Amino acid sequence: MRVPLSWLGEYVDLEPGTTPEDVHAALVSVGLEEEEIHRFDISGPVVVGEVVEFVDEPQSNGKTIRWCQVRVAPGDETAADGGPAVHGIVCGAHNFFAGDKVVVTLPGAVLPGPFPIAARKTYGHVSDGMIASARELGLGDEHEGILRLATLGLDPAVGTDAIALLGLDDAAVEVNVTPDRGYAFSIRGIAREYSHATGATFRDPALAVAPIVTASEFPVTVDDEAPIRGRVGASVFVTRVVRGVDATRPSPAWLIARLKLAGIRSVSLVVDVTNYVMLELGQPIHGYDLDTLTGGIIVRRAQPGETLTTLDNVPRVLDPEDLLIADDSGPIGLAGVMGGAATEIGDSTTSLLVEAANFDPVSIARTARRHKLPSEASRRFERGVDPAVAVVAAARVVQLLIELAGGEADDLGSLHDATPDVDPIDLPSGFISGLIGLEYTDEEVRSSLAEIGASLAETASGLAVTPPSWRPDLTDKWTLAEEVARIVGYDRIPSVLPVAPPGRGLTASQVLRRTVAQTLAATGHTEVLAYPFVPETANTLFGAAAGGTVPQVRIANPMDGEAPYLRTSLLPGLLDIAHRNRSRGLTDLAIFEVGLVFKPEAGSAFGSHLVPPAAVRPSAEVEAELNAGIPPQPLTLGVLLAGNQVRHQPGQLPVPAGWQDALTAVRQVALATGVEIRVAQGSHQALHPGRTAVLSVATAAGPRVVGYAGELLPTVARAADLPAVVAVAEIDLSAVLDAAGDPVVAQTIGTMPAATQDLSLVVADSIPARDVLQAVIDGSGGLLEHAELVDDYRGGGIEPGRKSLTFALRFRAPDRTLTAAEASDAKLAGVAAAAERYGASLRE
Amino acid sequence: MPEQLNPDPTNPVPTNTVPAATTEATGITEPTEITEAGVAAAVNAALVAIAAASDSAALKSVRTSHAGEASVLAKLNGLMRTVPPTEKAAAGKLVGQGRARVTQALTAREGEILEAEAAAQLAAEEVDVTAALSRWQPGARHPLTLLQERVADVFVGMGWEVAEGPELESEWFNFDALNFDEDHPARAMQDTFFIEPTSAHLVLRTHTSPVQLRALLSRELPVYVVAPGRVYRTDELDATHTPVFHQIEGIAVDKGLTMAHLRGTLDHFVKAMFGDEAKVRLRPNYFPFTEPSAELDLWHPTFAGGPRWIEWGGCGMVNANVLRSAGIDPDVYSGFAFGVGVERALMFRNDVKDMHDMVEGDVRFSQQFGMAV
Repeated sequence: MRVPLSWLGEYVDLEPGTTPEDVHAALVSVGLEEEEIHRFDISGPVVVGEVVEFVDEPQSNGKTIRWCQVRVAPGDETAADGGPAVHGIVCGAHNFFAGDKVVVTLPGAVLPGPFPIAARKTYGHVSDGMIASARELGLGDEHEGILRLATLGLDPAVGTDAIALLGLDDAAVEVNVTPDRGYAFSIRGIAREYSHATGATFRDPALAVAPIVTASEFPVTVDDEAPIRGRVGASVFVTRVVRGVDATRPSPAWLIARLKLAGIRSVSLVVDVTNYVMLELGQPIHGYDLDTLTGGIIVRRAQPGETLTTLDNVPRVLDPEDLLIADDSGPIGLAGVMGGAATEIGDSTTSLLVEAANFDPVSIARTARRHKLPSEASRRFERGVDPAVAVVAAARVVQLLIELAGGEADDLGSLHDATPDVDPIDLPSGFISGLIGLEYTDEEVRSSLAEIGASLAETASGLAVTPPSWRPDLTDKWTLAEEVARIVGYDRIPSVLPVAPPGRGLTASQVLRRTVAQTLAATGHTEVLAYPFVPETANTLFGAAAGGTVPQVRIANPMDGEAPYLRTSLLPGLLDIAHRNRSRGLTDLAIFEVGLVFKPEAGSAFGSHLVPPAAVRPSAEVEAELNAGIPPQPLTLGVLLAGNQVRHQPGQLPVPAGWQDALTAVRQVALATGVEIRVAQGSHQALHPGRTAVLSVATAAGPRVVGYAGELLPTVARAADLPAVVAVAEIDLSAVLDAAGDPVVAQTIGTMPAATQDLSLVVADSIPARDVLQAVIDGSGGLLEHAELVDDYRGGGIEPGRKSLTFALRFRAPDRTLTAAEASDAKLAGVAAAAERYGASLRE
Repeated sequence: MPEQLNPDPTNPVPTNTVPAATTEATGITEPTEITEAGVAAAVNAALVAIAAASDSAALKSVRTSHAGEASVLAKLNGLMRTVPPTEKAAAGKLVGQGRARVTQALTAREGEILEAEAAAQLAAEEVDVTAALSRWQPGARHPLTLLQERVADVFVGMGWEVAEGPELESEWFNFDALNFDEDHPARAMQDTFFIEPTSAHLVLRTHTSPVQLRALLSRELPVYVVAPGRVYRTDELDATHTPVFHQIEGIAVDKGLTMAHLRGTLDHFVKAMFGDEAKVRLRPNYFPFTEPSAELDLWHPTFAGGPRWIEWGGCGMVNANVLRSAGIDPDVYSGFAFGVGVERALMFRNDVKDMHDMVEGDVRFSQQFGMAV
């Protein structure tokens, strides 16, 4: 809402010298957030001039300019710029005559732009100023010619300051009106709030106009057969008739200037007047050309298939929920949203029917949304308009049309008022102090509530508070508490730190999640956060190991039509980020993200048709159904490595990142969570068939696959515009954390001497080293303390198709020094197990 | 004994040089009797040779020729059996003392040489530490995650707990239960991402506030929780907006909680988070889920943009309808709630100027922060 200060000052006392910034500060303190300050940005000598004479001078470029003599000061007086009383000015426009009063910007003036004015040589003359158009003055879009003051109905004396004359010295403050405060979409509401903030005297403009008593009834019927949520579409419908209007008269300058500052373009006198009254009182007004109406007015819901061409000349198919204004000819307006083209007021209109109504906020909001027609009117109705102001606003329009358009009030009109009574709110004494934590006196409570316009009555337990008609948002004692707190001032609320009961700290899983991220960062990975929006193909490729249909969630109104799905994998996002980094010259990458992926279960529809009522706890069954409809969103870890893992440096050749590094990250996660993550040869449609590990954890129900690690298929990497080798790992962290948490069972640390032996076994090269190692461990028995693979040899001395795996073994007994023979026996038992399982033989 | 055995440790004396003393020693004629002069000459020859030995190898060879079995002193010692009994004591003393002096000199010289050789080796091993090899690259956390963890830690320190909820959320939790009426303009102003089909009533949560409801439904009262997390609105990405961003929500519901407790909590929070100079201001505002409601402004002397009030979030007393949605009697319990933007905090606290930096994943952005924000 933009509020011109001159207008505000009509209804609340503004101290002399009050700046827009002062007004902003005051309004902020009562809850109207400051936005911008709007001015005309015009300064310097801008005066009324009279065109004395001019000569049309054709130019070589085909234009004809006018060399004008313009009187800008009376008699022999010095002009406002210090120059002579008559200035020679070159003008390109031709829409004026000698004797016209015009606006002259003299040298030294600055027009909005900024556009400084100076005497300058042009077309063979020194042009000593400029004759201004309305647009150049910031008053409107009219630029067909210069502004003739006669068109504004003005005939001021030569030399008059045109800035003050046209209201260009005014400024407007813009404030953000919260959606509960419809009444603050008016000068009336803002003036009242300013009064709350500063204590300045408020004069209600609604009391300044005498309602008109109508003698003859214009027929109006409100016939709502389908009220929305039980509320009839129109509770108030006021009509007034004005006759003998000259619709072609110009709007006065002050009206144009105020509308302009308020952000509304001047259209025509009648439209300007209705907009002016809407801004002043917050009541949207609609005017009909009375002569185009057929019979009386009916307010009703639309019939299926009915159509209406609105003022913007768009034919619209109406919905049975739309509230209509109709006459005997059919629909003539979308109530509270936009009028119809057929009954529009034009230059030839002489008789007007003025409508000021109060429509149901929900009905208007839905119609405005349905037809994508947000308007100044619908914005106000959605937020609630004072039902008591309609009759005043209609009278104010009539008053202005009489004053400005030469009309005469007719005694034809109507008043339908079915506003329900407002029930008083029970406000127990002490409630507000108890809620706010500040002891308000009874006087503070009463005077604050009285100040906002509520009426008060004593009850046994406190007060019965009837909110004013313009505050439909005041519905319970909590809303009254806010009023008292803000009128007295939020700055008075003390600071008291409450003591929470002892908490249990972060959960084990919250701690581990942090440890995972800290560990990965400490081991050289950089955390990133990708948007979770992906194309369907990305989900299909990465969302399932084996391919097939991947259930996924689609956004109904995506920002990017190319990526309307929620991710089922973190890898597409990491690929995008890797690509962006590489395009910026950052080629050695180790990045990770911890975030949610969205994985609806196959075959189950998600969501729920249920929307339980508000302000009531849903039953356990309903709550369970709501939750069951929300697709699983496991916390997931994705890692991507590309380029070099170890960079080229003195004495060190670069080591490219590969599948090993992805598995190292997996081991770091296992370390961080204390969960054993098993690695086995696996396959995934997006990964290199020979370089893919499937990851699993042990659960009570058996091994559970928690992810994959390896290298991307080179074709997939290339499609993402990345180098051929890109290592990735993706782990369902929720599943890993589910498996975490068992306390570690400590082993006694043996202090007897260890016996170490190496073991080389020859096996078929298709057998995974991990399996052979496991066989050795299983076979060697309890004396084997540690075993690890130290070599994998293929080639000379080894049969083709076989490989030699060398393991370093460490044996230890808890209670004695092992003999070499005991260690060898244990080792041979391991060899036997490997021989039995995998046909392994000792390497000769 | 020379003061310095090897003045240039970087250029050790070659160990294959045959020391002069050896040549001299072997040049002495086979002794035939023990004489004072003979012992003295042998000892002197040994001491000269020891002093001249400049490395371990040379010393070893000196030990062999002057103290070994074939040395003059050993041979003199061998002559003891030819010495008449009356002179045995004197001769034995003479030879014994000579041999002891040589042994002592050898031990001392050996210590010196080992020490010098160790020093020479260390000197030879010097490196340029500024050209150190790095087999590891620096990693980093994302500052948005770190900042959320820090806020959570402040509240955990106050006894609060950290609550969580889904990002893909039921409309009832995101709106209806939070007192956003289906037809209220506040609901349309949330710029919501809806999920297909819209009849399934799922949305990407527009705020972390549904976690309030989930906490109230699932926990025993009193409840004091914070909920950090990702939220979504259909804002185009620009310098100050992003459709995916982060909030931290706090809610406390207990008997007798007041707006003064809200202010006290916020005061404590901003001081713990930003230092004792930080201040909070509350301004009247409107939110469907709180009543009374307030805008939360933060003042700080050193933040980007200079000392000023910064709009940081919203707060207020939990709306009675929200409590009712959780089955809580608003005439028995009261509560307060607040929500702040994490991206905004990173902008004013760490002077991040453009939202693009936070969302693009350029590793240089996170790496400025490392592991600490």
